[in-house]
Amino acid sequence: MAHDQHNYLNHQKGIWSWLTTLDHKRIGIMYFVAIMSFFFLGGVFALLVRAELFTPGKTLFSADVYNRMMTYHGAIMVFMVIVPGIPAIFGNFVLPIMIGAKDVAFPRLNLMSWYMLMIGAAITGSTLFMQNVDTGWTFYTPYSSIKTGLGVIPMVLGVFIIGFSSILTGLNFIVTTHKLRAPGMTMNRIPLMVWALYSTAILQVLATPVLAITLLLLIAEKTLGVGIFDPQLGGDPVLFQHFFWFYSHPAVYIMILPAMGVISELVATFSRKTIFGYTAIAYSSLAIAGVSFLVWGHHMFVSGQSEFAGILFSFITMLVGVPTAIKLFNWIATMYKGSIRMDSPMLFALGFMFLFTIGGLTGVYLASTGMDVHFHDTYFVVAHFHYVMVGGTLMALMGALIYWFPKVTGKLYNDTIGRISWVFIFSGFNVTFFPQFILGNMGMPRRYYDYLPTFTELNQMSTFGSWLIGTGFLVGLFGVILALLKGKEAGMNPFGGKTLEWTIPSPPPHENFEKTPVLTGGPYEYR
Amino acid sequence: MNWFSFIPATSFMPVPATKESGDVDNLYIFLLVSGLISFIILIGGMVIFIFKYRRKTEDQKSAYITHNTLAEFLWSFIPFVIMMVIFAWGWDVFHDLRKVGEKGDVEVHVTARQWAWTFKYANGIEINSPTGDKLEPNLPDSTLLKPETVVVPLGKTIRFVLTSDDVLHSFYVPAFRNKMDAVPGRRTTFTFTPIEKGDFTVFCTEYCGTKHSNMMATIRVVDSEQFAAWQAAEIGKKAGAADAGPAQRGEALFKGSLGCSGCHSIDGSRIVGPSFKGLYGNKRDFADGSSVVADDAYIKQSILVPTAKVVAGFPPAMSSFQGRIKEEEIKDIIEFIKTLK
Repeated sequence: MAHDQHNYLNHQKGIWSWLTTLDHKRIGIMYFVAIMSFFFLGGVFALLVRAELFTPGKTLFSADVYNRMMTYHGAIMVFMVIVPGIPAIFGNFVLPIMIGAKDVAFPRLNLMSWYMLMIGAAITGSTLFMQNVDTGWTFYTPYSSIKTGLGVIPMVLGVFIIGFSSILTGLNFIVTTHKLRAPGMTMNRIPLMVWALYSTAILQVLATPVLAITLLLLIAEKTLGVGIFDPQLGGDPVLFQHFFWFYSHPAVYIMILPAMGVISELVATFSRKTIFGYTAIAYSSLAIAGVSFLVWGHHMFVSGQSEFAGILFSFITMLVGVPTAIKLFNWIATMYKGSIRMDSPMLFALGFMFLFTIGGLTGVYLASTGMDVHFHDTYFVVAHFHYVMVGGTLMALMGALIYWFPKVTGKLYNDTIGRISWVFIFSGFNVTFFPQFILGNMGMPRRYYDYLPTFTELNQMSTFGSWLIGTGFLVGLFGVILALLKGKEAGMNPFGGKTLEWTIPSPPPHENFEKTPVLTGGPYEYR
Repeated sequence: MNWFSFIPATSFMPVPATKESGDVDNLYIFLLVSGLISFIILIGGMVIFIFKYRRKTEDQKSAYITHNTLAEFLWSFIPFVIMMVIFAWGWDVFHDLRKVGEKGDVEVHVTARQWAWTFKYANGIEINSPTGDKLEPNLPDSTLLKPETVVVPLGKTIRFVLTSDDVLHSFYVPAFRNKMDAVPGRRTTFTFTPIEKGDFTVFCTEYCGTKHSNMMATIRVVDSEQFAAWQAAEIGKKAGAADAGPAQRGEALFKGSLGCSGCHSIDGSRIVGPSFKGLYGNKRDFADGSSVVADDAYIKQSILVPTAKVVAGFPPAMSSFQGRIKEEEIKDIIEFIKTLK
C-alpha cells in the first residue's frame, strides 16, 4: 500500500517542506500547480476573446478591453504556459529518473527557477490591475515604446525574469544529462524524451538571453528615451523584430520539442514496440534546434527587409521541415506491426500527430515567400500556430499528464474520463481553428476587434469550438481531482513502459532508486 | 489562368484581381493538393495501423524493427525535393509581387497613421480614408468605418510608396494577394497591375492599437477614361476647396489629411483625445495640475509639441505634427476650432 511506503510525498510534511524542497519531483509538482493556474487564466482570456468575436461589432467589450485580453491571452499562454509547460513539469519529474539519477545536477538552482517563474508571473500579472497593456504578446515597436501606456514596462520586466527561469532550467538539464547518467547509459541509450528535453535546453540557454536583452532595450527606450527602435529618436523599428524573432522562433521549438519527446514515449509504450529509427528521432531534435536559429526572418517577409533576405530565410525554413517530417514518419513506422493499445494517453498522442500534421503542412505555405505575402498576419497564421502550439503541445501535455499520473501520485487516472476529455478537446480544436484557415483565405487580418459581416458564420463556428475545448479541459481537471480522491492503486508499471521510471515504485522513493541501475541496452527493448 | 482549375480550391479566396494574383493562386493550389496527399499518406497510415495492429490479447508480441535505411532515406529525400520545389516556386511568385525598383505607370504616396490611410497622387489629388463619423451602415454595433475610395486605372502598373507617421501598419488587399508593411522612417513599395474592375478592400494587418480593425480603404479599379474623368473631377473639387474660407479649409484638414477627427470629436464626445467642442477661449486643466485659457498660442503648441501640456484624464498619446503641417494650415485649424461653440 502506498501510504505505508516511504516515498517522496510522505518523506517530509507540511507546506514549508514543499516551498523549500530540493527534490526534483516535488518541484515538478509545484510547477504543475503554478502552470495549470496560469493555463486556467490564459484559457479564460481565450474564451472571452472568442466570445467578443461571436458577432461583428461590439459584442461584450470595448476595443481597448478586447486588445488587452488578446495581449494577456497570448503573453500568458506563450511565456507562462507553453514555453515552461512540459520541460518544467514533466522534465523535472521524469528526466532524472529516466537517466537513473537521484536528482538534477543543481537542486537549489532548480528551486530558484521555480521562484523566478513565480516572481516574473507576479510582476506580469500585476499589470492587470495597473495600466493597460495592449501591444499583443510580441511587443512590437514603436507601438510598445511610444504609443501605449507605461504598463508595458512591468509586463516586459516580468517576461524578462521568466526568461531567466527558463535559462536556469535549461542549464540544469544540460548538466544533468551530461553528468548524472547511470552506468551503461550512453547518449545513444537515453530515452527520446530526454533527447528532446536536452535539445530544448540548448535552445533555452542560447536563445533566451537575446529576448532578455531585447526587452531591456525596450525598457531603456521607454524610460530613458534612448533611440533604439523609435525612428523619431533615430532608431530602427524593424531591428526589434530581428531581435524578437531571433529568440521567439527558436522558442517555437522550445514549445514543440518536449511535446515530440512525450509522443515518442507514448507511441513506443502503447504500441509495445521498440521505437523506429531511434537515432533519426534523437538527432532530428538536435537538427531542429540548430536550424531554428537561422530562420527568424520568415516572420518578416513583408516587414520591409530586402527581397534577398526573405528568399534566404525561406530556403532555410524549408530545411526545418525535413527533420520534422522524419519524426512523423518514424512514429507511424513505430506503430507498424506493433501491439497497439488505445488508452487515453495514446489517443492524445494520435491527436497530436493529426493536429501537428495539419500545423506542419500549413507551415510550409507560410515558409514559401510568394504564398506568405497573402497569408501573413491573417487568421491563416492564427490557425497554423494554434494547430502547432496548442494542438501539438497541449495534446502532448494532456497525454503526458495521464501517462505519468500513476507514477507521480501512485493512483490511476480514470481512462474513460481521459477519453471523454480527449473527444471534447480534439473535436473542439478542429471546430475552433479549422474555420480560421478559411477566414485567412478570405483575408481576415488577425488581432481584429471588429470584422466585416462576411466573416460572421466562420467566427461563430470558431467561438462555438472554443466552448468545446473549454469543456474538454474542465473534464480533464475533474479527472485529476477524481483520481486523487478515489483513484485505484497504480502499481509500478501500469502501461508496460520500458524506461527506468517504470522500474521503481509509484510514487517513487525520495531519492528515486534503492540502488543505482546499470544499463545494458537501449530504452525501448520490446522483444 | 489557374492550373488545376477544375479543383474549386480557391473558392474561399477573393476574386484574383491583379496579374500577379493568378500566380499566387496556382502556387496555392499546388500547396493544397500536395499537402492533402501528404496528409492522407501520414494520417491514413496512422489510422490503418491503429485498426490493423490493435492489441487483441494481453500477451500479444510486436515485431522487432529498429530501422530501415532505404525507407528513411526516401522519406527524408522526397519531402526535401518537394520543399525545394515549393521554395523555388514561392521565390518566383514573390519576386513578381515585389517588383523591386520598378516604376509604376501611376504612382501614389500612401501614408499610414493611427487609424487612417492618406493617398497622394503625383498631380496633387489627395484621398483620405475615413477618420470619425462615417459608420458602416446596416450594422448597429459596428465600429467599422465606411472606407473612402481610391481610384486606379485597369491594366496599368500601379506603384504605392508606403510610409507611416507613427507606428507599424501593413497595407493588405486580399484580392491582390499582396501585402506590405508601412514603416515609420522608411519607404516600402506595393506594386500591382489590376485586371478586374471593381471595389477592393484594403485592410491594416499589423496591429496598431485601439482602432486597428477600422483602418480600411477601398481601391476602385476603373478603365482609363473613367480614371481620367475621376481625376478631372477631383482636381476641380480641390480648386473649389482652395477658394473656401479659412474655417472651411481648417475643417477639411481636420477631417481629412491631418486626421485629427480620428482622436478628437467636435460634438463633445470622448474618443481618444479631448473633444474640441467649446475649446477656444475656455479653460483647459492639465495632468500636472496647471491650467490655461485655450488661445492661438496654446493650440499651436499642442499641435507642434503635444506632450507639453497634457489635458487631465487623457494619455500623452499624440505625436507631434512638426514638419507635417504648414504655418497657414495651423491658422486655418484655429479658425475652424473657433467655430466649434
